[in-house]
Amino acid sequence: MQPANLFLLTLVLAVLAYGFGYARSRSLAMPLGGIRHLKSLPFYYGARAALWSGIPALLVLGLWAAFQGKVIQLIVVGGLPPELVPNTEGQASLLLSKISNVASGALPVGFVEAPIAEAAERLQALRAQSRMLMSVLVVAVAVLAGFLGWLRIRPRLNARSQVESILKWLFFACAALAILTTVGIIFSVAFETVRFFGKVPFTEFIFGSQWSPQTALRADQVAAEGAFGMIPLFTGTLLISAIAMIVAVPVGLLSAIYLSEYANRKVRGVVKPLLEMLAGIPTVVYGFFAALTVAPFISDVADSLGINASSQSALAAGGVMGIMIIPFVSSLSDDVINAVPQSLRDGSLALGATQSETMKKVIFPAALPGIMGGVLLAVSRAIGETMIVVMAAGLAANLTANPLETVTTVTVQIVTLLTGDQEFDSAKTLAAFALGAMLFLSTLLLNVIALKIVRKYREQYD
Amino acid sequence: MNTMNSSITSEASPQDEATVPVPESKPTDTVIEEGKTVGKPYSDDAKFKLRDVEVFYGESRAIKKISLDIARNEVIAFIGPSGCGKSTFLRCLNRMNDSIDICRVKGSLQLDDQDIYDSKRDVVELRARVGMVFQKPNPFPKSIYDNVAYGPRIHGLANRKSDLDEIVENSLRKAGLWEEVKDRLDATATGMSGGQQQRLCIARAIAVSPEVVLMDEPCSALDPIATAKVEELIAELSESYTIVIVTHSMQQAARVSHRTAYFHLGHLVEVNETNKVFTSPEHELTESYITGRFG
Repeated sequence: MQPANLFLLTLVLAVLAYGFGYARSRSLAMPLGGIRHLKSLPFYYGARAALWSGIPALLVLGLWAAFQGKVIQLIVVGGLPPELVPNTEGQASLLLSKISNVASGALPVGFVEAPIAEAAERLQALRAQSRMLMSVLVVAVAVLAGFLGWLRIRPRLNARSQVESILKWLFFACAALAILTTVGIIFSVAFETVRFFGKVPFTEFIFGSQWSPQTALRADQVAAEGAFGMIPLFTGTLLISAIAMIVAVPVGLLSAIYLSEYANRKVRGVVKPLLEMLAGIPTVVYGFFAALTVAPFISDVADSLGINASSQSALAAGGVMGIMIIPFVSSLSDDVINAVPQSLRDGSLALGATQSETMKKVIFPAALPGIMGGVLLAVSRAIGETMIVVMAAGLAANLTANPLETVTTVTVQIVTLLTGDQEFDSAKTLAAFALGAMLFLSTLLLNVIALKIVRKYREQYD
Repeated sequence: MNTMNSSITSEASPQDEATVPVPESKPTDTVIEEGKTVGKPYSDDAKFKLRDVEVFYGESRAIKKISLDIARNEVIAFIGPSGCGKSTFLRCLNRMNDSIDICRVKGSLQLDDQDIYDSKRDVVELRARVGMVFQKPNPFPKSIYDNVAYGPRIHGLANRKSDLDEIVENSLRKAGLWEEVKDRLDATATGMSGGQQQRLCIARAIAVSPEVVLMDEPCSALDPIATAKVEELIAELSESYTIVIVTHSMQQAARVSHRTAYFHLGHLVEVNETNKVFTSPEHELTESYITGRFG
């Protein structure tokens, strides 16, 4: 049976266990005079039986599915005649793919040596056996454990607290999964980054002001030496993000203030959903809006003013990105401002403060931590945004602070480095991981700083 | 600002009015004649002159033709069962009802012979003259000093830091809070006890030197000791301010006020000197209320 089907079967068994557990607890309760003589409600007895049946079976299933491939490989390779046993890792993977190709029928048996054909047969047999064994084991565990859980139902059994504690661990496991994933991502990026710094010196990467990663892939190619200075990329990212925030933060914040403090219910009911619709537009659409409408407009205006502007500019990308981010800022700020108690507003108004004074001096400081949270989210959106920049700001890594020139960002470069034909040990490809690591570090730093600021200036209301 | 203040909704909104538990005994049979108030509603030295005041929430009438004078430097207590409109009426005096979209006020309301609801009236100036203390202490989440200095700052009452310091100290002294907080003026106000917070709110209100202080059940969230302190404070403040206090506690009304006004279902039933209201009420509804037969 396939693991997916087996998974479903296990769930069905768990549901069955629930039903039986529920029924048994009810029938146990009957002679005692009703379910109020049970220690817990029938639901908990059923849930306990279901958890007993489901969790161990799923654990077995998961472990088996995770390790069966490796184990089978070891057995197959171990069974090969000595002259065929691979020496290097590269040979081993080649051999294994050959064997599995034969096994799946993609490679006809006649094309390979006899031992390999034999190995392929063995591989297939082992796979079938493993699947069989897994099915039997999982079903057996589910049924046995479920039965045990069912059998041990007693009126005095405190199933409620058992279920509660199992659930607590389940929730913890989910939380841990998210953390583990983050740790996994960090490690995978970190290893490649270290490899990259083996090829390109750390100082050159950090302080270099030249970025042209097009190195030769093969010996016969003619290409530049390659320069990996990240400064132009980070200044490009900063420039575009700054432009985006200059657009998004004031507009978003002021519209949030308007919506929460000044607009009446009708206006708010119309404007808020419309504003939030901005967030639903795909970034590609923003991208061609920026590239085909805004960027030419900016360069036309600049030309008519006698300023030299390129057809793709940081201003176009940043401005459109800012518009995209407005709903993030406004929606989050609006929620936070609304959460400030009405009593504070009344207190300020009753002292003769105007609405804007109240806003500036009481509501805004009280809402500041939440607003900062929204702005931070917007900043990370801006830093991570790729599509608009690719389309509207270009790919040229210019080190400039002029918003009318074309620039590029870290994320755009990561995309261009990793798309197309790649070789995974060239500095060019590894550079993407180094950039990713740097991006991660800088957003982390940003978060820490912002958290400190918020903690220092927050005005807590209770 | 379209969110309604919860205390208003519970106090005087039309829905609540309909659900006020009215016992089947005598009081309901009593017909209240609209605009008719027994006792002494008028005064020769009126700070507020209020005539035929009506307040509407949407279609329903929360206040029904109330006429009343509030005299200079008197303490007047508004009492009455929940939902009778006393808070709504109080909030008309400094136009705090303005922030409620559906609320309309009719009639003539004058402060020192000037119309409060005149369209040319500067609400900021009005509220600087008529301060307010709320049911629940609502200090700003700022330092104690900044709370008291808030009003003087927005009205530009102090030119120098030393002037501001003086205003803050005086206000806190008047509120009987100075000795307790003089060493921690920079501490955040939300860390104080409930009673201290309410006295801070009173200090905040008197820091802009208003002529009138409105108090909307100022002690309902406080324990008896804090309540006693606030009541003492009201007695002291009555020397220099006109005070209008809404209260649910008849003992409190009896202790602190010179005159007492009894509200019932949006009507002003009886106004008289406090001891008279509590010893020999003229209206049978007032009598039923103060003797605890309903309310």
